[in-house]
Amino acid sequence: MPESIRKLYPYYKDHRSFLLWGLFCLIFANALSLAYPYLLDLIVNRVIVAHEYGELPWLLAAMLGAAVAKGAFNFGQGYLAQKFGSNTAFGLRNAIYHKLNWLPFSYYDETHTGDLMSRLTLDLDAFRMFLAFGINNLVGLGLIVVFGIAYMYSMNAILATVILILMPFLAVIAIRFDTKLRPIYRTIRENLSTLNSGVQENVMGVRTVKSFAQENREIGKFNGNNGLYFTSNMEAAVLWKKFFPYIELVGNVGVVLVLGVGGYLVMTHATSLGNLVAFLSIVWFMIWPMSQLGYFLNNMTQASAAAKRLDEVLSAPQAIANTSQSEAPAARGRVSFCNVSAGFGGRAVLTNIDLDVEAGQTVALLGLTGSGKSSLVQLIPRFYDPLSGQVLLDGVDVREWSLDRLRREVAVVFQEPFLFSTTIFANIAYGKPDATVAEVERAAALADAAEFIERLPEGYSTLVGERGLGLSGGQKQRLALARAILMNPSVLILDDATSAVDMETEFRIQRALDEHLRGCTTFVIAHRISTLKRADFIVVLADGRIVARGSHDELLSQPGLYRDIFRKQFADAAQGDEFARSLWASSGGDRGWGA
Amino acid sequence: MGCVKSSQMNDRSGQTDNSNADLRSPFIYREDEALEKKFDGRQVRRLMSYLRLHPRLIVFSLVATTLGILVTLAAPYLVGKAINVAVGDKHPNTLLEYCAVLIVLYALNFFATRFRIYYTNLLGQSVIQHIREQLFHHVQFLSLKFFDERPAGSVLVRIMNDVNSMQDLFTNGVINTITNLFTLVGIIIIMLVLNWKLAILCMIVVPFMFLLSTRLTIQIRRSWQLVRLRLSRMNAHLAESIQGMRVTEAYARQAENEEFFRGVNGEYRRVFLGAQRRSIMFGPLVDLTGAIGSAVLFGYGVVELRAGLVTVGLLVAFANYLGNFWTPIAQLGQVYNQLLVAMASSERIFQYLDTAQTVADSDQAIAPETIEGRVEFRNVTFAYDSGRPALDDVSFSVTPGQTVALVGHTGAGKSTVINLLSRFYDVTDGAVLVDGQDIRSFTVESLRSRIGVVLQDTFIFTGSILDNIRFSRPGATDEEVRAAARAVHADTFIEALPQGYHTEVRERGSSLSMGQRQLLSFARALLADPRILVLDEATASIDTQTEELIQRGLARLLAGRTAFVVAHRLSTIRHADQILVFAQGKIVERGNHDSLLAARGVYRELVDAQYRMMREDSGVAVGLES
Ligand SMILES: Nc1ncnc2c1ncn2[C@@H]1O[C@H](COP(=O)(O)OP(=O)(O)OP(=O)(O)O)[C@@H](O)[C@H]1O
Ligand SMILES: Nc1ncnc2c1ncn2[C@@H]1O[C@H](COP(=O)(O)OP(=O)(O)OP(=O)(O)O)[C@@H](O)[C@H]1O
Ligand SMILES: [Mg+2]
Repeated sequence: MPESIRKLYPYYKDHRSFLLWGLFCLIFANALSLAYPYLLDLIVNRVIVAHEYGELPWLLAAMLGAAVAKGAFNFGQGYLAQKFGSNTAFGLRNAIYHKLNWLPFSYYDETHTGDLMSRLTLDLDAFRMFLAFGINNLVGLGLIVVFGIAYMYSMNAILATVILILMPFLAVIAIRFDTKLRPIYRTIRENLSTLNSGVQENVMGVRTVKSFAQENREIGKFNGNNGLYFTSNMEAAVLWKKFFPYIELVGNVGVVLVLGVGGYLVMTHATSLGNLVAFLSIVWFMIWPMSQLGYFLNNMTQASAAAKRLDEVLSAPQAIANTSQSEAPAARGRVSFCNVSAGFGGRAVLTNIDLDVEAGQTVALLGLTGSGKSSLVQLIPRFYDPLSGQVLLDGVDVREWSLDRLRREVAVVFQEPFLFSTTIFANIAYGKPDATVAEVERAAALADAAEFIERLPEGYSTLVGERGLGLSGGQKQRLALARAILMNPSVLILDDATSAVDMETEFRIQRALDEHLRGCTTFVIAHRISTLKRADFIVVLADGRIVARGSHDELLSQPGLYRDIFRKQFADAAQGDEFARSLWASSGGDRGWGA
Repeated sequence: MGCVKSSQMNDRSGQTDNSNADLRSPFIYREDEALEKKFDGRQVRRLMSYLRLHPRLIVFSLVATTLGILVTLAAPYLVGKAINVAVGDKHPNTLLEYCAVLIVLYALNFFATRFRIYYTNLLGQSVIQHIREQLFHHVQFLSLKFFDERPAGSVLVRIMNDVNSMQDLFTNGVINTITNLFTLVGIIIIMLVLNWKLAILCMIVVPFMFLLSTRLTIQIRRSWQLVRLRLSRMNAHLAESIQGMRVTEAYARQAENEEFFRGVNGEYRRVFLGAQRRSIMFGPLVDLTGAIGSAVLFGYGVVELRAGLVTVGLLVAFANYLGNFWTPIAQLGQVYNQLLVAMASSERIFQYLDTAQTVADSDQAIAPETIEGRVEFRNVTFAYDSGRPALDDVSFSVTPGQTVALVGHTGAGKSTVINLLSRFYDVTDGAVLVDGQDIRSFTVESLRSRIGVVLQDTFIFTGSILDNIRFSRPGATDEEVRAAARAVHADTFIEALPQGYHTEVRERGSSLSMGQRQLLSFARALLADPRILVLDEATASIDTQTEELIQRGLARLLAGRTAFVVAHRLSTIRHADQILVFAQGKIVERGNHDSLLAARGVYRELVDAQYRMMREDSGVAVGLES
């Protein structure tokens, strides 16, 4: 069996017994299929020709009995093999799902949803089919050939040898076929995956497609992929066309050889006519299954291409190992970065970051787009590991924390809120499924989401569509925020978590957080000065380096990005607003820009 | 439609709080609708109509297959004859002749097989390719409501898995059916000619078999439908959970999700094995009826024989034909099974194909060369779900070249205005007009290609940065793309990337920062060269510095164009010519920045919030209202 199929052995090992019992049934079913011609023979010879009418009822009963038994064995054979296939598929699916749940973020940066989907559905099914009948077919064929040839030897050694000589030809054809087919199946599976990814992405981005009326172009792209898939399938068909007829031909040549050689033997009295006829009937019996060899091999090659793609997921390196020391009591929340550098694929994104945040402090991050703010905070819950330096939580390197614990201590509100298709309640309780109703309501209230939720006809039971469909941008953000608050974390990371929320609402949220999450270390990333200002200190990032840090007032009093941005945001507001004007003056700005 | 209440019970697997079953369901997927239609000839005919597209291929496949069958039937006959005539009578030369004839026949068969394999596969693959193309084409033009109602994963299943599951039927099934039917008819005719009484007797069990299998058939069909439903559900979850994996890992939610998945997975296995069990039963059933048929034949045949009504030879011949009679029936049974599997899928495919666009071009729709950009909302009321209006009697008008800012609390209906302007949905009441004409009088394509939207939810496609920006106008030159990127100051970061504009970005742009993604989709909208530019929080994740640079550049670019801006940051909206303040689906205030500030209403409140935050924290006590 091909390497890649053997590699998945651990996944079908436990279900072997279904396979074995299935094969057991297969043997009996095959044996019983010989009973019908045998009984027919008896009926003709003994009843019809020899007029032994009394035997007829018995023979007929035997025929029905054999049919029932054969049916039962056939059913058992087919069903047990399906069970073997399905149980293995079930286990494999669970195993891959488990694996996916623990793969590092960097894996998902590189991988398409559609590609993974294609592996989990189409490839897995191709593999399952091999288990569910491919093995049985091959074994059945093997049995027929072995028993057939043994039977032939018992009848006539010379003729049997004639048939046996043909077998190596068959083997050569089969092996060449398999080697040629292998790369083609690899391509077919890949093209299928590309097609799948294309459709998946298209459906996810359907709004964008429609907003630019680009449906026709997407259709063109799809047709291209669909055509490629078609072409690669036809390549396989061309190969079948090339090899299958030869496989069939070998069997047919066998018939002619047996007829010729056997005829000669009969004529030279080396064997009897009856013997030749009987021998030929065995050849007929073997010929059809043998011509199927190509299809069966095909099935196996396809399965092995699919198995390889499954194995690729299963053996993807889990870069972040789950060390599980440090089962300390709840973290206090002191976070330190010691000379941390990080990057993606060789591109430095953060350089020499040194940062100390005391437990309970709030630190704000400001920087231009792409300056590395998100990258910095994502090191704390170990979404990525730094290239050098250390990130410490409570003085302990985060790599020494148990991943599970660490992530329960650190709650992140992602820049792009992601909601699941379930109720609002379950979405908020995503990280704490056993939260009480009161807890969830409190979290929603703190995120200023309670009001809009309660206005919905079904309140907390309202279904949210995929990716939060049916909610406005700000509503999604607030649910994501509530989800983080519910975790009652020691470190809370708000990555631009209120960008789609209006200022008034944001103001309320901030006040609530200040009041109720006092002891919680908070990282705030935002572009609005009003959001950043309340922090204990503000860190300004540029090109992955910390270029300034200090309180609002300190940063305002020195030239730099912070002051520039402050001026822009409060520039002409100063016209009508005394307070703003006072702020404005304190920053020493003038109003010489803008419209 | 609707979500499955009953099966949720299984899915919750191990929840504690029963009173809040629905509330706590880990995931809820709108169930694909179960189809309760009866097995319907029209459905089959519709399925088969796809074959009509390839008459040549069908003829070739049939000819090749028939040739193969003839050889397969002739060969044993010839061999038998050779043994009787040549071997029995010891004529070595005749034997050689027979062998030569056989070799010729087999050579013929060799080529027939080649042709058969090639043409049946070509036929099957072409039909599958065609169906998939047609389906995707249709789905692609369906309205957003369609996509709102179903998870991406379940759309994917129909286009991929459901279409694939018909492959067997079209590759071998149909051709086998035709040839088997011919063989069957041939054998029946021979048997009728030999002895019509015996022939009818043999066939008498066939109707019984059909009766017996009808019930089984119904069950098989149901269970394959169920399999498709469960598969669709499992895939919907898979697709969603893969996309949300970062959240799952961040919230250490793996254990619960794995348990949920095990439930869905197990449910799928259960229904799948159930369907298999019924399908597998079909084969033995045919075998058994075959055996009964033989028994009847011999039982009665022997009586006739003893009465001298039939000869021994006839009965023996019948016994042989009987075997040939049941083989095609058994094979037809297999194809029938394939058909049942394919039906479960094809129904789902046809259902999509029969779904009409909810937002469709009217017959008189026009595609104007260009538009001026005057926009008017006239008493627009709109509800996504009936009974919960998202916009309520909204009216406003915008002259060409104006910039309108939409502000208001989250969920007030700002994005909805934009959805209606792009005609993603049709208004429930009232009308949206562009250049004084109802937008329903334009073709959807012409309308949308005049409007450049930066959606709140940016979407970046897999591919190079260049292609991503070019998405809105595939014909744009590289230079135009670069110019658009420069206009939004995306060029600095793009050029810093390893391969610049040719850098490949992954799904959803996961290797870019949020702000960078927004810049790209901003550039994309500009490249479309729209008369109406719509920015739905297009700069929410972009720093103020860059935003200001963009604004300065845009002032020039937007001259003469109408712009809609949704934003929460003051600096983004204060220069707008017109500011519309939304609250709970209504416009509550309108004017420009200064007039609205002076009005001291809702807008003033929103603006003040920003300063209030500054004030409270810094402890400066400057009363604003005083
Ligand atoms: N997964 C990733 N793979 C490769 N590069 C990445 C990845 N994530 C971010 N980057 C790159 O790292 C740099 C910093 O990105 P980051 O998301 O930290 O920026 P940011 O400061 O949060 O920006 P924004 O304000 O736009 O969110 C960017 O240039 C981005 O392209
Ligand atoms: N596809 C949808 N189906 C059903 N309801 C929806 C859908 N999209 C939005 N809604 C609802 O319509 C209302 C208005 O939403 P809209 O997206 O227009 O708000 P918004 O003003 O843009 O808010 P934000 O500033 O948060 O983006 C909200 O209550 C929202 O829940
Ligand atoms: Mg970021």
